[in-house]
Amino acid sequence: MPYNIHFPALLIVLPLMAAPLCVIVRHSFFSWLIAVVVNICVVLFSVSLLLQVIDGDVIRYTLGGWAAPTGIEYYIDTLNAVLMVVISIISFFSLIYSKASIQAEIAPQRYYLFYTGWLLCLTGLLGIVITGDAFNVFVFLEISSLSMYMLIALGKERKQALLAAFRYLIMGSVGASFILLGIGFLYAATGTLNMSDLALHLVDADQSRTVIVGFSFITVGLLIKSAIFPVYSWLPNAYQYAPSAVTAFLAGTATKVSLYVFLRFFFHVFGSEYSFAEMLLGKILMPLAIVGFFAMSIVAIFQTDIRRLLAYSSIAQIGYMFAAVSMATEAGVAAGVIHIINHAFIKTALFIAVGCIAYRLGSSRIADMGNLIALMPWTASAFIIGGLSLIGVPLTAGFVSKWYLVTAAIDSGWWSIAIMVLLSSLMAIMYIGKIIEVFCFRKTTENMKGADVKEAPLFMLIPLWALIIISVYTGINGSIVVGTAELAASQLMGGML
Amino acid sequence: MNPLVTLLPPLLVIPFIIFFGERQKNIRELCIFIAGGILLVLNISLYQNFLDGQTIVSGSITLFDGLKLYLKAEPLGILFALLASFLWIVTTLYSIGYMRGHNEKNQTRFYVCFAIAIASVMAAAYAGNLLTLFVAYEAITLSTFPLVTHSGTEKAKRAGRIYLGVLMGGSIVLLMPAIIVIWWITGSVDFVSGGVFNESEVSPFWATLLLMLIVFGTGKAALMPFHNWLPNAMVAPTPVSALLHAVAVVKTGVFLIIKVIVYIFGFDFIASTGAADILLVFAAGTILLASLIAMTKDNLKERLAYSTISQLSYIVMAALIANTLAAQGAALHIVSHAFGKITLFFCAGAIMVALHKKAISELDGIGKQMPYTMTAFFIAAISIIGLPPLIGVWSKLVIAEGAIEGGQLWLVAVLIISSLLNIAYLLPIPIRAFFKAAPIEGDNYQACEMQEAPLACLVAIAITTLGCIVLFFQTHTISELLSLI
Repeated sequence: MPYNIHFPALLIVLPLMAAPLCVIVRHSFFSWLIAVVVNICVVLFSVSLLLQVIDGDVIRYTLGGWAAPTGIEYYIDTLNAVLMVVISIISFFSLIYSKASIQAEIAPQRYYLFYTGWLLCLTGLLGIVITGDAFNVFVFLEISSLSMYMLIALGKERKQALLAAFRYLIMGSVGASFILLGIGFLYAATGTLNMSDLALHLVDADQSRTVIVGFSFITVGLLIKSAIFPVYSWLPNAYQYAPSAVTAFLAGTATKVSLYVFLRFFFHVFGSEYSFAEMLLGKILMPLAIVGFFAMSIVAIFQTDIRRLLAYSSIAQIGYMFAAVSMATEAGVAAGVIHIINHAFIKTALFIAVGCIAYRLGSSRIADMGNLIALMPWTASAFIIGGLSLIGVPLTAGFVSKWYLVTAAIDSGWWSIAIMVLLSSLMAIMYIGKIIEVFCFRKTTENMKGADVKEAPLFMLIPLWALIIISVYTGINGSIVVGTAELAASQLMGGML
Repeated sequence: MNPLVTLLPPLLVIPFIIFFGERQKNIRELCIFIAGGILLVLNISLYQNFLDGQTIVSGSITLFDGLKLYLKAEPLGILFALLASFLWIVTTLYSIGYMRGHNEKNQTRFYVCFAIAIASVMAAAYAGNLLTLFVAYEAITLSTFPLVTHSGTEKAKRAGRIYLGVLMGGSIVLLMPAIIVIWWITGSVDFVSGGVFNESEVSPFWATLLLMLIVFGTGKAALMPFHNWLPNAMVAPTPVSALLHAVAVVKTGVFLIIKVIVYIFGFDFIASTGAADILLVFAAGTILLASLIAMTKDNLKERLAYSTISQLSYIVMAALIANTLAAQGAALHIVSHAFGKITLFFCAGAIMVALHKKAISELDGIGKQMPYTMTAFFIAAISIIGLPPLIGVWSKLVIAEGAIEGGQLWLVAVLIISSLLNIAYLLPIPIRAFFKAAPIEGDNYQACEMQEAPLACLVAIAITTLGCIVLFFQTHTISELLSLI
């Protein structure tokens, strides 16, 4: 028996079991250490899984030996394997960063709770991605969401953090219940919950009204969860008031995972033919995506708080991803996946940079950040590189994303979308340019003069620069991400069952 | 030899610049001179290798999908690299006088950004395909942005915003899709002599649109209506205006256009589709309009900026005529305008340092105070206008010949009118300086004393002025190189 046969189960079970361990230990340092060690294992597991499926194979792992569709199975192809790697790497770097950052944000007696929540959230996110069972998706969605609400509520500004968590809770629960209802309808129509099995049965049943209702519920639920325009209202507050490490983690993973579920359901379970040709999902999503990336980029320009600015930019980026997948072509899905991966690294890096700044400055108002390039050169330059990547300057990961998005649009004849994507880049230039200008050419403001602003601690800089290096590397040697994404897209579109 | 080595001197000098910083200014600037000297030598040896018939190409990095970044030397690029690296040395000399005389702050940052810009210009000059050129183009925008906003004043920041917005915005919204479409149609963004398009693939309408995207998207070429950033960028310190906004940055723009027309579209393709017809009108319009606007400007640097816009359009127009002769004229004009305009900017800066005067109306009678500077100004102005024995005459002549050969006689008329306009906006400045009496003020006696700019500035001015004259007699070397296109 090969040593790695149980990696899929271990990937989920390990963090799940480690979470209560943190509660038992109740020690701030050791709970951090547990989380980090577990996370390293998770990174190794997911990389190993990715290496197993990178040739186009699919791993189907039956939990407890109960064969699907009776039992629950974990279904791993290139798409979710690569996402698991992304999630675990982002979680790892954010964890390293959190060690120093939470000292300024969370009371020491709550540290172990923080890491417990973190591990549960990681479990949930990985579970959503790995599972091949529709109901299981919902279960893991709830695990990740509930722990996420708790993590957000730990934020420094108590009132706003609680309120943000509550708003997220309401919206998230509405989304999750819609998804649950949808899955219920599908179960009623087909009598199965296994995704691959569902896909087979839905072919016969796809004219039934039950399926249509289920389809609609799942659509709305996923849109809320992935914060697409106009159901994004939970996101800016959550990103702004959560502890900075949580924001970094959340920004890189939460909405991306929902987008993954979207891909899994509408391309794999329902099939792109049904979702996009019959149900015309693209016709609904494309306008939302376009309005989303335009409107949110404009809103981002006018933000005065840097975290809020990045939050709105995130919603805009989600718009790009949805625009890409809504084309429902292989190139479009590949472009979407490329952007999911690239943007995850970029945004996490940016939020970590902002966290470093806020850690030293005690403020995340853009106006207070004058002359930061001299005060915190490493942090500020990392932020600038990340920002350029958002704009899509060549040799950054963002350029690869944009190139593919535009080619995909031209390929499928959506010239107008190609143009609009590029026009919206102008706005990215504006909001990033605005910050660069403050960093480099504005003097330190009066109320910041007293503060002793210096470079962030090394422990925060290492994860920041690691992520920046990853995103620049994937920008220069884009073939890694592109190759995987194209394989993932062709598997997803090819009805790989 | 690998063209990549030309990136090294300007990049490797950066740690030295930062290390010596403000404390040991002399060593810092000595380092830059050494780097500049090495760079020039490298470029010259590349040039000789090329004349010996070697293929000069670097290794490539594959981005994705077979899109590569690599450097490859060809005649236009070698000429551009030689020009930029020679003028970098001269400008550094000038900067020493200017920056110290003017007590500019953040000089270390200034020299660092300048070095990065020069490295990017080298990458642009030797770019082996359009994507590499695009990357270098963006790098130039980014590295020169801090130079524009150098003073940190509200005006400078506004100029910086326009700079970034027009140059980067234009390149991402217009130029990048054009590159993607070229890639999408032909599967190649390489520079191939004769071009990569064939007529059956692209209809005249799309060819026109594509060319327009490229020409307008290249904001650095400052074709109207995308010219606004250039006059605004004049808030930068004068060495920046001189080397970057009269030579390196703007010439990268027109260089990109020439390269695209020669090596991507190909002359035949443009001739058969008529893709350039509309753009020729824009270019001719810019030549005349910018000259007219230049006349109305009283700020010396702004007048020179509009003159630059007009002169850049000569090059764009020559490239758009799309025949070998005109393309050679375009390349020659890159050189001739560079020497002329950099001298004019140097003089403007010298006046600013020595007399703190920026407006043309204040220049009455300064010929007595700054005789050397104003003489140089006069010579360079004549070169820009295009009179012998100065380099400016040749490039105009070749462009005109190219226009005749291309059957576009009206462009010759545009050239002639524009030369007259050049006279009208450039010559009044030395005339005022030499022949008008200085305004009578309280302590007028000072006005008769010599009050020249620092020696470093004067030497730099002398070198570029001499360049205008020497090159008039040495044009055949350039023409021989260009005949290899």
